[in-house]
Amino acid sequence: MTASRELGGEMMIMSAVNSTLFTLNEVASLIWKSADGATSLQEIVEKKVCAQFDVEPSVALADAERLVSELAEHGLMIIADHPVEEMFEAEHNS
Amino acid sequence: MSSLMEAFNAKALDLGVPLSAHLDVTYRCNERCVHCYLDHDDHGEMTFAEIKDVLDQLADAGVFFLTLSGGEVLMRMDFMDILKYARRLRFAVKVKTNGFMIRDKHAALFHRLGVQTVQISIYSHRPEVHDAITKLPGSLKRSIAAIRLLKSHGVAVIIANVLMRPNFNDYTSVKELGKSLGVPVVTDPTITPKMDGDRSLLGLGIHGPQLGAAFHDTELVGNVDEFCAVPSPADESVLDGIACSAGHTYCYISPYGDVYPCVQFPMPCGNVRSQKFLDIWRNSAQMNEVRSIRTRDLPTCSACTHAGTCTRCPGLAFMEGNMRGPSSLDCEKSFARTGIPSANMINRQSLPVAVAIAGSARGSVSGLVQISAARN
Repeated sequence: MTASRELGGEMMIMSAVNSTLFTLNEVASLIWKSADGATSLQEIVEKKVCAQFDVEPSVALADAERLVSELAEHGLMIIADHPVEEMFEAEHNS
Repeated sequence: MSSLMEAFNAKALDLGVPLSAHLDVTYRCNERCVHCYLDHDDHGEMTFAEIKDVLDQLADAGVFFLTLSGGEVLMRMDFMDILKYARRLRFAVKVKTNGFMIRDKHAALFHRLGVQTVQISIYSHRPEVHDAITKLPGSLKRSIAAIRLLKSHGVAVIIANVLMRPNFNDYTSVKELGKSLGVPVVTDPTITPKMDGDRSLLGLGIHGPQLGAAFHDTELVGNVDEFCAVPSPADESVLDGIACSAGHTYCYISPYGDVYPCVQFPMPCGNVRSQKFLDIWRNSAQMNEVRSIRTRDLPTCSACTHAGTCTRCPGLAFMEGNMRGPSSLDCEKSFARTGIPSANMINRQSLPVAVAIAGSARGSVSGLVQISAARN
């Protein structure tokens, strides 16, 4: 489970695996904050990213997919084809 | 420090965000370390509900790096719940413990919760020395067992080795112990006065030739030439600089809710039981006074040769009576590194004694070490 905090519009993230620090820009931070385990990436891009930034939905989605893949490679995000909202709670309640 | 970390710190400083906080959840402890600066009685610790509220406020204020310490954290039956709550709020959490009470369930949960590091104090590789310092028989054995247990669960552990007269001979062996356990060892010769200002503990610290020897040991400081280099004259950027992060991007909260600029800076700035944390952080007169001080404002230290490289702690200076004054312990460290007396030492006319120590440093070290060993 990662540690994260927003600082002046940018998200700071620390990997729980090796304490490596990452930073996300404003758009990536928005995607990170919106990743609640229930909302699809497409919905996040359409309803959040495209609503706040002047960007073509297809371009934004392609960029967002690259971002989450990279985050997943570092173990910072889980990509799933089903809601994973219970995982965080399960982690804590065990 | 990584460039990203430097960037975070610079941004937090610019925005006035407390990037790091240290919360002592209790002052109670099962050990009675001879050098400890705390009163271990419980004078009304915050409840779990109060601590949760403080953690909520810290997260809202922007705190990212959170140290949970004590006392011994596991003296609180609800400590693991506090830890779970802190991680739920996405803090990067470090835990300081003596490890004595860590069992398999704790180690497993530390790992599952993604605790950044667990720091355990080891004073010596020898039980007769370590346990004499903690005054808890069997404590070395239990602390080492805890390190092994944590490591077996994949938890990152750091050994903290406070260097003082009773254990001065053992730091090399503690380093070796750390190596055998696969754990880094951080050695620190800083002994602080008690929170009530009692300075009697300082006598336990290493001084003079012992301190000089430690600071000239590659194993402790790395590149000795660099660490002990003669300082360059302070330039404008040094004079406009701040001493440390205390009160700027870092603060300390006691188990009773008192907020201070740092764990080593016992100047009360407010209490979260009667005020919101952000109100204290932003508006406390004391916090803002600490924040306002630049090196050029220090009457003695701004003119000191060591101004640019000194580790001057404003909290220790505060405990000496003036947070704009020198911290004698840091003057001593600067002198031990370089052989050059600080402005404070010269003002106090301690130069002749200091020079005598420096001149005979090499010859004296082994003698003092033997005296220290005999005292053990």
